[in-house]
Amino acid sequence: MHDSQVITVEHEAHNPALLHHFADAQQQKNAASLGMWLFLVTEIMFFGGMFCAYLIYRLKYFNAFAAGSQQLSIGLGAFNTGVLLVSSLTVVLAVKAAEDGKRKQLVTYLILTVVLGLTFLGVKAKEYAEKFEKHHVPGPTFQFTETFNDNGQVIPLQADEIPHAQLFFAIYFAMTGMHALHMIIGCGLFTVLTVFAWKGHYSPAYFTPIENAGLYWHLVDIIWIYLFPLLYLISRHR
Amino acid sequence: MSENTEHGTHSRGFYVAIGISLLVLTSVTVFAAFVNLGPFNPVVALLIATIKATLVVLFFMHVKGASEKLTAAIVVAGFFFLAILLTLSLADYLTRSWR
Repeated sequence: MHDSQVITVEHEAHNPALLHHFADAQQQKNAASLGMWLFLVTEIMFFGGMFCAYLIYRLKYFNAFAAGSQQLSIGLGAFNTGVLLVSSLTVVLAVKAAEDGKRKQLVTYLILTVVLGLTFLGVKAKEYAEKFEKHHVPGPTFQFTETFNDNGQVIPLQADEIPHAQLFFAIYFAMTGMHALHMIIGCGLFTVLTVFAWKGHYSPAYFTPIENAGLYWHLVDIIWIYLFPLLYLISRHR
Repeated sequence: MSENTEHGTHSRGFYVAIGISLLVLTSVTVFAAFVNLGPFNPVVALLIATIKATLVVLFFMHVKGASEKLTAAIVVAGFFFLAILLTLSLADYLTRSWR
């Protein structure tokens, strides 16, 4: 039973989403956010390990890594980067719409986010298909006969460096594959959120799932922000 | 509005402006990749990437202006431990004598 004349300072029982082991709704929100951030920190360390492997092998086998990198399409990579950045924008606008209580706007931005995420995955699939066709997939079918461009000089890769090129592609597939898996999970999450938002589960008093899923999506975007220059832009100057 | 707003949420225009800045920085990264900066090419690329990541963390992830200051501390701690991982691993590998 709600009495709007009760002083809200002491007892915020008016917010139906408030769990009573929290002092107030703001603290509950902060706790949820903090929990999500702790998980994101584990994700940073998870991808960090792969970035470390990339870094060490790039320093050791630079030529092979440059050759491998120049086989990737900057156009598709840059386009995908743009797609993810715009999707981060739609996510933050979705959170704002939830906070402002605008249900239709919220659903629109959530749907846009999923569409952009699926676009990213579609382009990634095309890139992977190209790699399969060119026999750049690590394993028994791997062939690398490409040259690489070093300051305007076209240089074929030495025979003993070909396993190192295979290493580049192994790291490429591992990192972008793991990133794509996170994107798939993110798209699934946001699809579920879209359905719940459409049903009216979220209001200015409670939109924590939107905010926390948004944090996850932003981190996956940040990981790609670093992946793009490191994988696609090695030694591209002529 | 409701008593739950911890900080003034930025306007939609503000978020769009940040988004456009991110796209512009991406273009700069690509163009800079084609300019011969010698050993500084990866430095510039990573610097721009860090600026982009910082914009996303501060404004899109609402770390700036958050009422819970512990959030910022945890974010910094996360990247700090990543820095330890990278630095100490490199300190090992870069001081070995390559064959």
